[in-house]
Amino acid sequence: MMRKKRRLVLISAALAALSLALGLVLLALRDNIVFFYGPSELAQKAPHAGQRLRIGGLVREGSLVHEGGQTVRFAVTDTKQDVVVTYTGLLPDLFREGQGVVAEGTLGRDKIFHADSILAKHDERYMPREVADALKKQGVWREGAEAASMGK
Amino acid sequence: MIVETGHYALVLALALALVNSVVPVWGSVARDQRLMAVAPPVALIGFGLVAYAYFALTMAHVVSDFSLVNVVENSHSAKPLIYKITGVWGNHEGSMLLWVLVLSLFAAAVALFSRSMPEDMRANVLAVQSWIAAAFILFILLTSNPFARLAGAPVEGNDLNPLLQDPGLAIHPPLLYLGYVGLSITYSFAAAALISGRIDAVFARFVRPWTLIAWISLTLGIAMGSYWAYYTLGWGGFWFWDPVENASLMPWLAATALLHCTAVMEKREALKIWTIFLAILAFSLSLVGTFLVRSGVLTSVHAFASDPTRGVFILLILVIFIGGSFALFALRAGGLQQGGLFAPVSREGAIVLNNLLLTTCCATVFTGTLYPLALEAVTGEKISVGPPFFNLTFVPLFIPLFILMPFGQLLPWKRGDLAGVAQRLAVAFGAGLVFMAVLAAWRGGPAVSVILSGVAVYVILGSFVDLVRRLFGGGVSADMVSQRARGLPRHAFGTAFAHAGLGITLLGLAATGWGAEKITALKPGEAVEIGPYELTFESVVPRNGPNYSELAGRTVIRSKGAVVTTIDPATRFYPTRRMNRSEAGIATLGLGQVYMSIADVAANGAVNARIFWKPLVALIWIGALIMAFGGCLSLSDLSFRIGIARRARKAQAPRPQPAE
Repeated sequence: MMRKKRRLVLISAALAALSLALGLVLLALRDNIVFFYGPSELAQKAPHAGQRLRIGGLVREGSLVHEGGQTVRFAVTDTKQDVVVTYTGLLPDLFREGQGVVAEGTLGRDKIFHADSILAKHDERYMPREVADALKKQGVWREGAEAASMGK
Repeated sequence: MIVETGHYALVLALALALVNSVVPVWGSVARDQRLMAVAPPVALIGFGLVAYAYFALTMAHVVSDFSLVNVVENSHSAKPLIYKITGVWGNHEGSMLLWVLVLSLFAAAVALFSRSMPEDMRANVLAVQSWIAAAFILFILLTSNPFARLAGAPVEGNDLNPLLQDPGLAIHPPLLYLGYVGLSITYSFAAAALISGRIDAVFARFVRPWTLIAWISLTLGIAMGSYWAYYTLGWGGFWFWDPVENASLMPWLAATALLHCTAVMEKREALKIWTIFLAILAFSLSLVGTFLVRSGVLTSVHAFASDPTRGVFILLILVIFIGGSFALFALRAGGLQQGGLFAPVSREGAIVLNNLLLTTCCATVFTGTLYPLALEAVTGEKISVGPPFFNLTFVPLFIPLFILMPFGQLLPWKRGDLAGVAQRLAVAFGAGLVFMAVLAAWRGGPAVSVILSGVAVYVILGSFVDLVRRLFGGGVSADMVSQRARGLPRHAFGTAFAHAGLGITLLGLAATGWGAEKITALKPGEAVEIGPYELTFESVVPRNGPNYSELAGRTVIRSKGAVVTTIDPATRFYPTRRMNRSEAGIATLGLGQVYMSIADVAANGAVNARIFWKPLVALIWIGALIMAFGGCLSLSDLSFRIGIARRARKAQAPRPQPAE
């Protein structure tokens, strides 16, 4: 009797913990996942304004403008499409024109992407994987050549 | 020459691992003592060979032998000696060699220090350990050979990723590996127990110190890693819920659960199946972590290079070891005898609850880490799951754990009195509430921070309630107290410190809510206020390091007009890799820190700066150190180690040998 009761208590405690976790996970997955788009996908899918997104591509050469204070504006490109990004804050050490970048934030009604965080690569030699994939989709990524040109 | 001998030693180590994979198991099945006795010396020699291979690679790095691909790609002759040595594990091949080195180190330690262990158990444990070693040495030799030569040796190397040229990196990976790979021993114990079918208190007694060693190293390794990220990435954050961090957190959660439930198994012979399951799970999560980090599925500073064959190979190892052990588990677990009984309200009950919550936390982290990968594999859709996900799932599950921790410590085995324990905890609980009220009135700030600080105070005080009662109970003299202190088992102190350490870390985390952050452009001579301090940016000083040049922004910190200290946040440029890296300027003032990083140094000497005031932030890592200290106290407890096992075994009647 005792053993059965113990097992019952155990199992119901386990079920309670698991269902709580499951509930939390589902809730969190509904509201807190962030989709990643390349510039072309972004133009195609046209997510509604205010949705949190990550975008990635190359920083277009010559597009970086310091707008005074800490605000910068630059274009992210996959060579087919561009997205204009504004960001206020410090740019990461590895941020540079012509290089891969990932920005997280929201797309405004003005079609300008308001980033609140900017990630560049950890390492000079590698492209953020999402960016490489987005570029591959547009057929502008050449595996060996790109890597070599990055190493310079 | 030395490089070739190193390569050769590694091949020999593989051969020995294969020998040790078969012979001892055969011995234990055939009950042949001579075959079983093969295991320990072979494990020791195997360790010697791997250590030699590792030494050979280190020497190649130290003397900058650029005929080695590995050295060319990751070293530079001007690199400081310390980074030549630590650079060995700053790349894929070398870090895998370190993995195998730690693996065989643990096998050697078992061979040396477990003489009192039943012979067949030791033989099986070493055999399982050799399976893992064989798989990973094969992986190194076939896909990631660190000893590969280059036809035409270049004059200079490509240097190590500057982010990795840091003292933090010198300590973080070896510690993390000691923990990560240390869990292989618990896995080997579990698999050996399943093979021999003997799963009892003796098993738990022997597995506990090893789990503890792995846990201590993992705790320190994670803390070091987070501190490294904090001061080298220049974002002022210390935990990003990055998949790579999660990969180390998951085994830690499983190991913590295992640490607690082996206590139940040792003391009460209960929860056997669960203990075995956790022992397998903990190392499986280490393997999953290795796969995530090493296969190139993730982009991070840890993913040195992505080569698809490596990913597939590791995946194969993963499937064989995780699948095999769980299949064995499914076969054998049903036949296990039920252990001791306990009421739901008891030490055992509390530990069961602890395990439930820890494993559920682990499951949420697992989901958050792997769901994006799975989704991308299935639908091609790219998503990222960031801190909001984990704050919503992990944190609510962890809070009850904090509340329960002191209860678990105070509840007796078998059956406890909840009301009595609650009464004893009343002081700690009251202190927590008072602390919350005072904070809210005096300091204000975010509600979450106030509440978590109160919980932290309750946990810290609650951890010591039991000790205080046992030492000072009944109002006794000082002599009596010290006498009692000597009489208490050291692991009682260990538990108290480990739990309090977690509370201290929580306090540090809660205090982030009172921090301040400013991003601003500063001209030379300009001052800015942050928290209770005033920072004056003086000028940019150009400096040269051994393999980099840097621009340091000399900044003076003042408190109420008086100079406290100066910091030199810098941006460094490493010419070989044409890469910039920022070096944050950090001043530890009391337990808080002023943190400043600079970027975009303009021609007129103006900089863009990110400045933080982080009150009590040091507590986050001090807490981890105290946790590890508690672990060491428990580990030093002789009765906790093999001593008791030896005595208990002597007391037992000689085990009848089955008829042949």
